[in-house]
Amino acid sequence: MAPKKNAAAAVSIASPTSQTTTTIPSSTPIKTPSKSSSRNQSPQQVALGIWQNYLDKTPQRTKLIDVFMSFLVVVGVLQFVYCILAGNYPFNAFLSGFSATVGQFVLTASLRIQTNVENKAEFSSVSPERAFADYVFGSLILHFFCVNFIN
Amino acid sequence: MVAKFHEPFFQGSTGKNSRGVLRIVILCLVAGAAIASRLFSVIRFESIIHEFDPWFNFRATKYLVSNGFYDFWDWFDDRTWHPLGRVTGGTLYPGLMVTSGVIYHALRALTIPVDIRNICVLLAPGFSGLTAFATYLFTNEMSTSHSAGLLAAIFMGIAPGYISRSVAGSYDNEAIAIFLLVFTFYLWIKAVKLGSAFWGALCALFYGYMVSAWGGYVFITNLIPLHVFVLVCMGRFSPRVYVSYCTWYALGTLASMQIPFVGFLPIRSSEHMSALGVFGLLQLVGFVEFVRSGVPSKQFATLLRGFVLLVFAISFGGLVLLTVSGVIAPWTGRFYSLWDTGYAKIHIPIIASVSEHQPTAWPAYFFDLNLLIWLFPAGVYLCFLKLTDEQVFVVVYAILASYFSGVMVRLMLTLTPIVCVAAALALSNILDTYLTFKSPEEPTAITSTEGSSSSATKKASKQEGLRSMRQPLIGIYAGFSKISVVTAMTTYLLIFVLHCTWVTSNAYSSPSVVLASRLPDGSQHIIDDYREAYQWLRQNTKEDAKIMSWWDYGYQIGGMADRPTLVDNNTWNNTHIATVGKAMSSREEVSYPIMRQHEVDYVLVVFGGLLGYSGDDINKFLWMVRIAEGIWPDEIKERDFFTERGEYRVDGGATQTMKDSLMYKMSYYNYHTLFPPGQAQDRVRNVKMPEVGPVLNTMEEAFTSENWIIRIYKVKDLDNVGRDHASAASFDRGNKKKKTTKKRGPKVLRVE
Repeated sequence: MAPKKNAAAAVSIASPTSQTTTTIPSSTPIKTPSKSSSRNQSPQQVALGIWQNYLDKTPQRTKLIDVFMSFLVVVGVLQFVYCILAGNYPFNAFLSGFSATVGQFVLTASLRIQTNVENKAEFSSVSPERAFADYVFGSLILHFFCVNFIN
Repeated sequence: MVAKFHEPFFQGSTGKNSRGVLRIVILCLVAGAAIASRLFSVIRFESIIHEFDPWFNFRATKYLVSNGFYDFWDWFDDRTWHPLGRVTGGTLYPGLMVTSGVIYHALRALTIPVDIRNICVLLAPGFSGLTAFATYLFTNEMSTSHSAGLLAAIFMGIAPGYISRSVAGSYDNEAIAIFLLVFTFYLWIKAVKLGSAFWGALCALFYGYMVSAWGGYVFITNLIPLHVFVLVCMGRFSPRVYVSYCTWYALGTLASMQIPFVGFLPIRSSEHMSALGVFGLLQLVGFVEFVRSGVPSKQFATLLRGFVLLVFAISFGGLVLLTVSGVIAPWTGRFYSLWDTGYAKIHIPIIASVSEHQPTAWPAYFFDLNLLIWLFPAGVYLCFLKLTDEQVFVVVYAILASYFSGVMVRLMLTLTPIVCVAAALALSNILDTYLTFKSPEEPTAITSTEGSSSSATKKASKQEGLRSMRQPLIGIYAGFSKISVVTAMTTYLLIFVLHCTWVTSNAYSSPSVVLASRLPDGSQHIIDDYREAYQWLRQNTKEDAKIMSWWDYGYQIGGMADRPTLVDNNTWNNTHIATVGKAMSSREEVSYPIMRQHEVDYVLVVFGGLLGYSGDDINKFLWMVRIAEGIWPDEIKERDFFTERGEYRVDGGATQTMKDSLMYKMSYYNYHTLFPPGQAQDRVRNVKMPEVGPVLNTMEEAFTSENWIIRIYKVKDLDNVGRDHASAASFDRGNKKKKTTKKRGPKVLRVE
């Protein structure tokens, strides 16, 4: 249920964000008054504000990455719940499946961090293309190990 | 003048090229020195495998080379641990064997067919050259100085602390493990500095290789998380740390689980929990940082920080709970004894019985790391001065490794790389300061650039009177001080080279298989009893004759004599070793059934009494007793082997239990016949042996080597007419009573 909702949200927002990529600076001044007013708002409104802020500020590619990450979380949680319900008899199979999701999540998070424009200063030597190539390299290794370990 | 002459040569683009050439030449020479200084034993004696453990590695490598990789992977070895066998594929670290197998096949493909033995013997020197190169790379990440890396490379190349475990012929796991250790650390530093997932993944791959090579990989598994944890605690968390650590952990853990010997340990055992904990912590910290960048409220940020601490505490508590309840395996004895140093001696005598597991005495540090050991703290201090991410790593590594090396002699090996690196940092700092030809400018020049305002402040500072408060001008002016300091350091370095060569030549280059001694005229006399005896076993016994000996010699018997053994150096079954210990330390009547039950054909003991070879079985005997006592406390008692006054004696004053024990009888059997009557002398214990030697009933002497170092006994079969061995032997000796008394003994009811 959850991934579908996220995916739907991402798809519906995909078209506006592609237009607003250039207008990101214009959206930032909107944020500052919302912050000052958030002090006396209800938690729901604060959360909604954060969510709206996220939707406005994040580029589309990053959102795509986020959707993939949330999908991985859901898959991981499902596997874990199944393991709790049905027992962990082929433990290596559980481990390789679960660690595949965890590892892929972590690698995708790394990709997200590296391609984030705010972190440009931290990763002076890593261009987004390089980050993606690293991501592919890491994922290939991860999947080789997982397939090897699942027997 | 000289400086001016060289300046165009060392500056500009041509200077860069020539410096590069110089660097390559120096690195090649360092590798050459590292290899050449390890060849003493090959040149002096011959190209053989040295100690005990390498014999098993050699045997496994031969199996790998002759039977292929898949057979090697699930190799069930039925020639060790006789009734049990050993699932070798699942109980060894295959990295070493696979590496030399790959080298063997690569050389074959290049049409250079080299014997597998020579590859095994020369693997460690070859990899030591690579270690020197890896240290060069590692140190270059630490320092901007050009010389630090090269200094560290030469230190690592010839430091005796590393040579001791990597001379030619020492085909042990450490041979390639130290290279992998240093190289993994280099990749890790590179990953942290760049924040690159690629380097993190490479680090994970080499970590996996390291796991396949050596059990000391746990050191890496704990050091890298500790580094990250310290960074987080210092408030130095950055996205780079997240990227590199998470990539390393996710891939590296999976890579380490591919090794059958490791299996599920990375998630089940306590040694690996720090890595998992830091992984979880980083997720939290990363998430919090992410949210904080989106949410501006300051209070919210502190709230989140509290949240992180809370989750950390909860997960730590959960970990403790899981460990206590037994889901996560607690520390194994070997690791636990690193923290509680008295633990092994009380609970697991087999760990304490190994001489490498003793605490280190301080002369060992000076012996192994001559000038490096006093440059080491200075280098660590320099790392404190400019504390970037990678300097923190050096500090953490230095502290951890120096503690562990103090607890256990063997872990000096993991200390050596960081000592070399830190010493190189310190020394290169000194040389960089004192080896510049141009003096720093006069203080007037500095003040004039800043104008009148600074001169005013200078005056003000003069009025304050404190020297340290003034404009600091650091530098060396006088040529004399430069030359003297540089000369002193050069002298130290030369002495270091001399020391290393001397130590390597005299202390660490002796094969334990061959004993070398000097004759009075100075010529060398080789005592080759071990191979003589093993060769006898190989040629004169049945193919499947079981040999019982103390576990020290298990690998060598398997490797050189090629006969099945009961116990060997892989001490995985303590009870089985205790069984052998019981058989060795009991009376003949007790040990004969034990040997029959285990189908023992020959018993091998090492005896150094004739030659003064102190590492013999009588000196190890108390450990056998202790290990056996741990299992059968009411049958074997250590107290019985000491005299009334608590002495451990083997001469006429020995206790009856000692004299009756199988080990005593086998060692001193017929020994007195070697000497004129009444002058039998034990040269190790320096005591006079009694006139009459022990009597052996259940076994007969099969072979005794030239210098009586190895004695092999054959276990007798059951008596043909069903007597027990003692009466049969006494009948053979003619001790039958002259008068056949008609008196009947007490009657026993026949039951069959």
